Amino acid sequence: MDTLSPRIVITGLGLVAPNADNLTDFRHNLLHGISGIQEIDLRYFGKAPAGICTFPETKHRKKKENNRGTRAGCLGVYCAHEALADAGLTISTYEPSLIGVYIGLTEHGTVETENEIYNISQYNYDVNYWTHHHNPRTVLNNPAGEITMSLGITGPHYTIGAACAAGNASLIQAVQMLRLGEVEMALAGGISESTGSFGIFASFKAQGALAEAEDPRMACRPFDLSRNGIVVSEGACIYVLEHLDKALARNARIYGEMIGYAMNSDARDFVLPYGVRQAECMRLALRRANLQPEDIDLVNTHATGTKQGDIEECKAIREVFSGSPKTYINNTKSIIGHAMGAAGVLELAGNLPSFNDNLVHPTINVTDLDPECRLDNLVLNEPVEADAINVILNNSFGMVGINSTVIVKKYDE
Amino acid sequence: MTREEIKSLILEIIEDIDEEADFETLQPDKPLRDQLDLDSMDFLDIVMELRKRHQLQIPEEDYPHLASLNSCVNYLEPLLKNA
Repeated sequence: MDTLSPRIVITGLGLVAPNADNLTDFRHNLLHGISGIQEIDLRYFGKAPAGICTFPETKHRKKKENNRGTRAGCLGVYCAHEALADAGLTISTYEPSLIGVYIGLTEHGTVETENEIYNISQYNYDVNYWTHHHNPRTVLNNPAGEITMSLGITGPHYTIGAACAAGNASLIQAVQMLRLGEVEMALAGGISESTGSFGIFASFKAQGALAEAEDPRMACRPFDLSRNGIVVSEGACIYVLEHLDKALARNARIYGEMIGYAMNSDARDFVLPYGVRQAECMRLALRRANLQPEDIDLVNTHATGTKQGDIEECKAIREVFSGSPKTYINNTKSIIGHAMGAAGVLELAGNLPSFNDNLVHPTINVTDLDPECRLDNLVLNEPVEADAINVILNNSFGMVGINSTVIVKKYDE
Repeated sequence: MTREEIKSLILEIIEDIDEEADFETLQPDKPLRDQLDLDSMDFLDIVMELRKRHQLQIPEEDYPHLASLNSCVNYLEPLLKNA
């Protein structure tokens, strides 16, 4: 797997973020630091800052099907259709049995289970009122399966469960399956419906890791001294991945080439991140891409706005990139919050246009930079115009000690 | 409930399931599934709604009685006579 051949490229993407439902608007809002965070009022929990998505939910599927399925399925179906159209593909361009759907999720079933327990609470907890939709909604392949049903894809579909590294992990799975010849085209990405679960908010709060702020747009503050936790967001982003030769044969527009990746495990703690292992993950991805740290033009960080998490990642980046004075570093969560299983892929998508405009979107909400998060070329509050952005390294880490790094290169022959 | 009220109840439940359901050409003696975008899960939704709204426990062996609009009304009329 250390070789670059066969070459796999990204030729389409569809996304839904708290501040956009397409890449053009998403990029504009990231460059201008336009936050998608608002205050919501959750059943049982109360008010919290969160990222909620607005998009044309019935553009590709009837309301009846959206009601039957899950929020994750609804987000995924929209993004999958948009990704195919963006790639200039129809579902019959490839043999449907040779298309794979790989969807990264942090969790699934939490929202549906909470909703159903609330439902039977209205009937004195009589389980005769428990819905027959519960099992098909909560099986872990649900969002990926809803995509195959909507598009008529008969190839493999499944979920990659990798906490908040799941989005990157799905891209890695797609690259591997394409290289193995298991599929000829892949729809891969991540989805989060976590804003529908009071339990996820309550658990972060109990852990002392849920962001609070008077202005919800200021709640997510990675690297700022006053940061106080995570802003939970929903969202989704799905990519079309193909072999380079097939993309070239049909004159496809190429967003970038997947040239390196790595995943590893901390093997230490349920929630605390570990910079040493994160650095190892980045170095492994660099080695597989045959690159040196100074070849990376932009590092998009995972940092979520927790005290220790941000410090650990900064330590890891400092160690790997200390000899790379031209490597820019930014953070997308400051603008859209933490989209959990969709985080890695959404954040990567928001930075892919850098290959064309050479701009680096800023990390917002930093008024008092934490000295322990000080990094050379950390892009704060205003975008930066680079000489060129040709290679992006994207980090995504998750609970129970899972790390992922993906490296994408601007396509050149 | 009268037969007309039961008919309205069934159509209201189906409309809640699928707001795009078109009842204009619906033939009351023909299977609902042949005329509307309904499948087996939707019929379970109808059963659940009848349970929620009127505490009706419809046994599985009676589900075929829900096939057409008229068969629904025939089956439900004695069960909902005091509703």
